[in-house]
Amino acid sequence: MSNDQSDKAPPLSKIARDLAPSGIRKFFDIAAKMTDVISLGVGEPDFITPWGIREAGIYSIEKGQTTYTSNYGLIELRQEISKHLDRKYGVKYSPESEILVTVGVSEGMDLAMRSIIDPGDQVLVPEPCYVSYRPCVSLAGGEPVGVATTSQDNFRVSVAQLEKKLTQKTKAVILGFPSNPTGATMPRQALQEIVNFADKHNLFIISDEIYDRLTYEGEHTCIASLNNAMQRTITLNGFSKSYAMTGWRIGYACAPPTVLTAMMKIHSYTALCAPINAQKAALEALKQAESAVEEMVMQYNQRRRLIVDGLNAIGLKCHLPSGAFYAFPSVEATGLSSEEFAERLLYEEHVAVVPGTAFGEGGDGHIRCSYATSIEKIEIALERMGRFVEKVAPNLISKAKANESVVQTQRAAK
Amino acid sequence: MLNYQPMQLEAPDEILTILSRDARTSPEKIAKMLGRTVEQVTAAIAEFERLGVIKHYKTIIDWEKTGVEKVIAFIDVKVHPAREVGFDKVAERIYRFPEVQSLWLVSGGYDLRVAVEGANIREVGRFVAEKLAPIEGVMATETHFLLRKYKEDQVVFVDNEEDTRLVVTP
Repeated sequence: MSNDQSDKAPPLSKIARDLAPSGIRKFFDIAAKMTDVISLGVGEPDFITPWGIREAGIYSIEKGQTTYTSNYGLIELRQEISKHLDRKYGVKYSPESEILVTVGVSEGMDLAMRSIIDPGDQVLVPEPCYVSYRPCVSLAGGEPVGVATTSQDNFRVSVAQLEKKLTQKTKAVILGFPSNPTGATMPRQALQEIVNFADKHNLFIISDEIYDRLTYEGEHTCIASLNNAMQRTITLNGFSKSYAMTGWRIGYACAPPTVLTAMMKIHSYTALCAPINAQKAALEALKQAESAVEEMVMQYNQRRRLIVDGLNAIGLKCHLPSGAFYAFPSVEATGLSSEEFAERLLYEEHVAVVPGTAFGEGGDGHIRCSYATSIEKIEIALERMGRFVEKVAPNLISKAKANESVVQTQRAAK
Repeated sequence: MLNYQPMQLEAPDEILTILSRDARTSPEKIAKMLGRTVEQVTAAIAEFERLGVIKHYKTIIDWEKTGVEKVIAFIDVKVHPAREVGFDKVAERIYRFPEVQSLWLVSGGYDLRVAVEGANIREVGRFVAEKLAPIEGVMATETHFLLRKYKEDQVVFVDNEEDTRLVVTP
């Protein structure tokens, strides 16, 4: 018997009822019941947190550090974050008044929205994008406005696209590059144009840069480092992806003092502070883990090329993503929708991927394949996917093979 | 180190990194991993072999699992260096024994570190007493027998942690 007697309880809030469940949930439920699933559906590193960082966390517990910290987070950690951003991107945030340690970027995004949104305000959300952006806007009483990007543009967003969705009510733009799920990154100049656009219309920019270190082509641009960006930008980042620290739940938000104070106020009532031991571990990450990051980036990069090559070889057209750890191939040529493709692939070949529709507009016709998994598993997954494609679209692979020789010739020419 | 540049390790160094971890990685696979052609990778490997950058390909075996008895000992050797040739001459006399798996010159209280493999403790003991210690220039030895292998060349020998991640996450 279930304990759910919800018909007898008072009704839930409208906001909770209206909130859409995550499109990922369904696939999780199916996959969790199966054995021998190879999962390309995981949005977190397969690496374990480097030992030096884990050890710092353990040491902190041994020393009996079991208390609250400042609402802002440990000052040593904020100082180190400040130095890190200055060193890498030349951005100067004051550790005293412009940096807040959060419970992952997830909390940071929620705080950002609640600090700047009034009911009815619109927020531009280039899509496909991370699953929490829209809900965070809605929970704050705002209205998310999707801006679809396309594979033709390598899933980059342009000012022209944003302008089409601009209204009197537009308050902010959320940018998440390198992108989960598309792996897209934005060139510096294109970002500067978006900053100019935001400047012209007096919009906030919320920049989720959690994948900054996982940039494989060119260099990551921290939006706050661009001209006129600082005063209207909320930079969100954290330790989950670069340092393989998802479960520690440590992120940070950087913003001008007025905005940051508002975020800290909400944070002080809803989270109070991030866990102290995880903050200590994060401090160690910034001080000592550089070579571990470089090692992980190298391995992701090798897998990236391997999986994209493999996907194209089985006829799933895929541009080479320049960041994060996702490939976002098109499944249109198979004649299946992304939902059908993902569901049948899971049932018939036991490979889990996430349909692009889970990530908003522009995601249909694509699937997200995470390469945060070992090369051995990627190879088995590709083999199974190849078998599946052969079954649903018999001519696709031979066509892809014909293209393959062209690619090899082009590579040799380079 | 602080000034991080993405992809500092560009090929061909990365070929070596890949092979050092799995010598059986095929040139086809390396080519895909690094975005190069098979011909380029094959040529680079051949060149590394020719130059002696790649010395040898070996396999890491957990002999314990095969039931084959083997004894490994690390012997620290204090050496009286000879005029003109230093430690080299003594080292040469040591590494020529087929029992010697590896030999290093190290800093600290001892000068040479010898890794020796034998069928049993007696055999290794005899090697030290009858072959190694009497060599001219060898002043003292200290033998450490290997009791358990936890990790060798990046490979962990005890059972590894499992992947505990959820199957599908955002």
